[in-house]
Amino acid sequence: MTEIIGKIFIFIGLFFDFVGCLGLVRFPDVYNRLQASTKCVTFGTCSILLGTFLILGIQPAGIKALLCMFFLLLTAPAGAHAIARGSQKAKVKLWEKSVCNHYLKEQETV
Amino acid sequence: MKGYLKYIIGAIIILILVYFILLSPLPILIYPELPHISLLRRAIGIFIMAGLFCLIRISRGPTASDRIVAVDMLGILIVGLCAVLTIVTGRNWYLDIGIAWALQSFISTLALSKFLEGKHFDD
Repeated sequence: MTEIIGKIFIFIGLFFDFVGCLGLVRFPDVYNRLQASTKCVTFGTCSILLGTFLILGIQPAGIKALLCMFFLLLTAPAGAHAIARGSQKAKVKLWEKSVCNHYLKEQETV
Repeated sequence: MKGYLKYIIGAIIILILVYFILLSPLPILIYPELPHISLLRRAIGIFIMAGLFCLIRISRGPTASDRIVAVDMLGILIVGLCAVLTIVTGRNWYLDIGIAWALQSFISTLALSKFLEGKHFDD
């Protein structure tokens, strides 16, 4: 029973990985690509690792899968935030149909 | 008419590649007797397609930050591939590769984004 649930989790994760990388190709801007791909690929890989834990059960390899999921949840958003801040500091332009830029507004007021 | 011919030839080549990736018995050749063979075949097909998308973005990204985003995504995809290979082959040391790869790709992403701000590595 847990093996079937684990396989369902793995296929949900594969779908989200594929959709995230499709967004990496199709979106028009650095920030849109970052927003699409980072969240989708992180969630998909965490779902794959959870499915791995459910299939392997409680043994050292399963605990390693949970540990890997914890590290990924800790590190991937921090890396994405660092990339966004660096590209904002390097003055990469927004897409021309973008609506608002709060970071620039805060800099002007300060 | 020549423009259409170019797109048609490209579509035929991509269809042949997808056929050989998704339906060819490549994993059976590597590991002869596997319990979860259909899972491995579909997973490797989807991972190869996602990696090709990342490589397209690396090759034609207009700025440097696009390429850094695509390299980060490739690093996270490889962690998922290591997890799937652990289930299929039953060798537990693939997950060790996954943990090490996640931490090291985080460090490389931080260093590259710090380099993107205009600072050097020792600031």
